[in-house]
Amino acid sequence: MYHINELLNSDNTLKPSFVAMKESDDYTINIGPQHPATHGVLHLVITLNGETIKKVDPDLGFIHRSIEKMCESLSYRQYIYVTSRMDYLSSHINNHACALLVEKALQVEVPERAQYIRVIMDELTRIASHLLWWGAMAMDMGAFTPYFYAFRERELLTEIMEDTCGARLTMNYMVPGGVMHDPHEKFVYRVSKEFLPLLKSKLHEYEELVTGNIIFQNRVNGVGLLTYEDAISYGCSGPTARASGVRCDIRKLYPYDVYNKVQFEEVIETAGDSMARYMVRMNEIKQSISIIEQLIDNIPEGDFQAKTKAVLKLPKGEFYQRAETARGELGVFVVSEGGTTPYRIKFRSPGFSNLSCLDHITKGSKIGDLVASMGTLDLVIPDIDR
Amino acid sequence: MISFEHITKWLQAWLNAHMSPILVLAVETVLIVILAIALFAVLGLVLVIMERRVAAFMQIRMGPNRVGPWGLLQSTADTVKLIMKESIVPTHADKFLFNLAPFIVMIAAMLILAPVNFAQRFHIWDLNIGILFITSISSISVIGILMGGWASSNKYSLLGAMRSGAQIVSYELSAGLSILTIIVLCGSLKVSDIIASQETGWWIFKGHIPAIVAFVIYLIAVTAETNRAPFDLAEAESELTAGFHSEYSGMRFALFFLAEYINIFIVCAVGATLFLGGWMPFHIGHMQGFNHVMDYIPSSIWFFGKTFFLIFVIMWFRWTFPRLRIDQLLNLEWKYLLPISMVNLLVMTVVAIYHLHF
Repeated sequence: MYHINELLNSDNTLKPSFVAMKESDDYTINIGPQHPATHGVLHLVITLNGETIKKVDPDLGFIHRSIEKMCESLSYRQYIYVTSRMDYLSSHINNHACALLVEKALQVEVPERAQYIRVIMDELTRIASHLLWWGAMAMDMGAFTPYFYAFRERELLTEIMEDTCGARLTMNYMVPGGVMHDPHEKFVYRVSKEFLPLLKSKLHEYEELVTGNIIFQNRVNGVGLLTYEDAISYGCSGPTARASGVRCDIRKLYPYDVYNKVQFEEVIETAGDSMARYMVRMNEIKQSISIIEQLIDNIPEGDFQAKTKAVLKLPKGEFYQRAETARGELGVFVVSEGGTTPYRIKFRSPGFSNLSCLDHITKGSKIGDLVASMGTLDLVIPDIDR
Repeated sequence: MISFEHITKWLQAWLNAHMSPILVLAVETVLIVILAIALFAVLGLVLVIMERRVAAFMQIRMGPNRVGPWGLLQSTADTVKLIMKESIVPTHADKFLFNLAPFIVMIAAMLILAPVNFAQRFHIWDLNIGILFITSISSISVIGILMGGWASSNKYSLLGAMRSGAQIVSYELSAGLSILTIIVLCGSLKVSDIIASQETGWWIFKGHIPAIVAFVIYLIAVTAETNRAPFDLAEAESELTAGFHSEYSGMRFALFFLAEYINIFIVCAVGATLFLGGWMPFHIGHMQGFNHVMDYIPSSIWFFGKTFFLIFVIMWFRWTFPRLRIDQLLNLEWKYLLPISMVNLLVMTVVAIYHLHF
C-alpha cells in the first residue's frame, strides 16, 4: 500500500501519501476483517478476474496489542506470560522460548525433571494445536463434521492441562529455571493411559473422513504450490517450509532441553502443495505421540525448578533464543541494559513469514483455492500482529 | 383403512350437496391453497429441525434440545424470531428486484408441489405433463437467485449468484436426462401413470443397471440443483460468507431458507416417485403374506417414508463431504455426469424397446 520511496521527501522527512493499490477496473473484494475463512481479524484485499485471483494483499494491524512494547516494562519473570497471547494455540512453546532465553543469559542449569515435563507439555500443545488446525482447515473446505471430531480428542487434552496448569488455553506454566509446580499426581496416568491410547485409536477416523476423501484430495493436490527456493526466500518455517523440503526443525537443528535425547523424525515432504502441508502436520501428530511415549514413563525424580534469585537481572548484551512452535520457528531477541526489564524485545513470529507467501502461492487460482491454501498455512492472527 | 381418498371424497360429496358447482370449485381452491401453505410451513419446520438433529447425530453432539419436548419447537422459535426481525434493504440495492427475488424463489417452490402425489389418489393437480411441469417450473428459481444476488449490490452476493447460475443450469441437464430415462420406460409424463406402472415393482429394481445409474446421477444432480453441500458453492460460507443471500435478513431471508428446504423435499419426492414407486408399497414377488402386510401400511406413510429417506441421504452428504471448487464442479457435470447419463438414456431406450426390463 505504502512505498518507502513515496513516503520519503527529498529532505528525508516522512510524508503520508497514498499509492493506488488497485487499478480502476479491478474487481476487488475484502476477505475479512470479519470473515469465516480468516479465523480472526485478518483483512485480505483480493483482486479478482471473474473467479480467478490476480492479487492478494494482506492488511494487518487489527489485533495489534504492542506485546513487544509491553514486554519492555515487565520483569523477566513476567514477560513470559504475555507471550501466551501471541500464538495462543502453542502458548506453552512461546513461554518455553522466553524461559530458555532467560536461562541462557543467566546460565541457569534446569533440573532434568523440569526439562522432561517441559518437553512433554510442548508436544501435548503441538498435538492440541494440530488437532484444532485439522478441524478448522476441514471447515474451510466446507466439511463441518471434522471440527467436532477434533475437539472430542482435544477436550481430554485441555482437561489434562487444566489439572496441571489451572488453565486450558494460555497455560502460563513455565518459569525461568523450570516449571511453576509439579504436575498433577494423575498427569502421567492420564497422558499415557487415557489420552495417547484414545488419540491413537481415533487417528484412523481422521484419515477416513478427510485424508482419503476424493473431494478433499482434489481440493488440495497441486494447490498453493510453494517451491523449495520460495519457501526459503519468503522465510517460511515450520510445517509450511518442511512441506517444501526445507529442513528447518529447530528441535533437530538447535535442540533445547531433552530434545537431543529423544528419537524422532523430522517430517519432510517435497511436493510443496497444500496436500504436502496437510500430510506434514498429520505425521507430526504421530511424531509427537512418539516423543511423549518415550518421555512420559521416564520422568526422573528431583526438583521441578532451579533455584534462582527473586529479582532477575540479565547481564548487559543481546540474547537470542529460538524454539519450534506448532507453526514454525519462534525467535525471541532481547537487548538488555543490565536492568530488571528488557531494553528492547523483538519476536520473530512464524505466522508473519508464513503469511507473506500467500500472494505468491494463490496467484492465478480460484477463491476456493485461496481458502484451502490459507487453511493449510495454519495462520493464527494474533501471532502475525502481536 | 382410513386414507386421504375417503376424506377428500366425503368432502367433495358434502360440498356438492350444499352448494352450486362454481361455489364448490371456489371453496376447494381456497382449501387447497390453505392446505398447501400449511404443508409448506410444516415441511419447512420439520426439515429444519430434522437437518439440525441429523447434523448433531453426525457430529457427536446433542443438537437443539431446550425449546419444547426434545427441542422440537426450536425451529418454530427461530421462525418467530425471523418474522419479528427487521428486514434491512441495503442503500444501493435495486429495491424492486431485491424485494421480488425471494418471492420468485418461493412461488417456484410452491408451484412444483401441484402434480406431486402425496398418497393414493391424493394430489392437487394431476396434469398429463406432470414431470415436464416440475422440471420446467424448478428452473424458475434460478432467476430469483440471480435477481437477489444482482440486486443486493454486494460483491459476495454477485459471485454467489454467478456460481449458482452456472451450477443450476448445468446440473439441470443431468437431472432431466435421468428423469427421461424413467419416462422412456413407463411412456407417460403423468405422475399417477408413472406410479401405476410400478405396481409390479419399483423401477429401481425393474429397470436393470441403467435405472440404478440414473438414480445415482439424479441424486448427485439434484443435490447440486438445490445448492446443497458438497455443491453449496452459491452460499459457500467460508468463501462468500452467505453467497447470494448475504444481504437478506428477517422474513426475506426466511423465504430463501424455506424455499431451499421445500426444494429438497420436492426433488426427493420426485426421486421417490420415479425410482422408488411413489406411494406404492414394497412387494416381493410371490410372498403373498408379506405383500398383504405391506398393503396395510397407508400409502401416505410409504410416500413420506421414501421421501424422507432420500432427504436423509442428502443431509448425510452435507455433513460428510468437503465442498468442491467451481471448476471441479463444472468438470464433474460436463465431463462425467452428462456423457454418462446420455449413454445411459440410450441403453435404457434399447431396454425399453426390446422389453428387456422385468
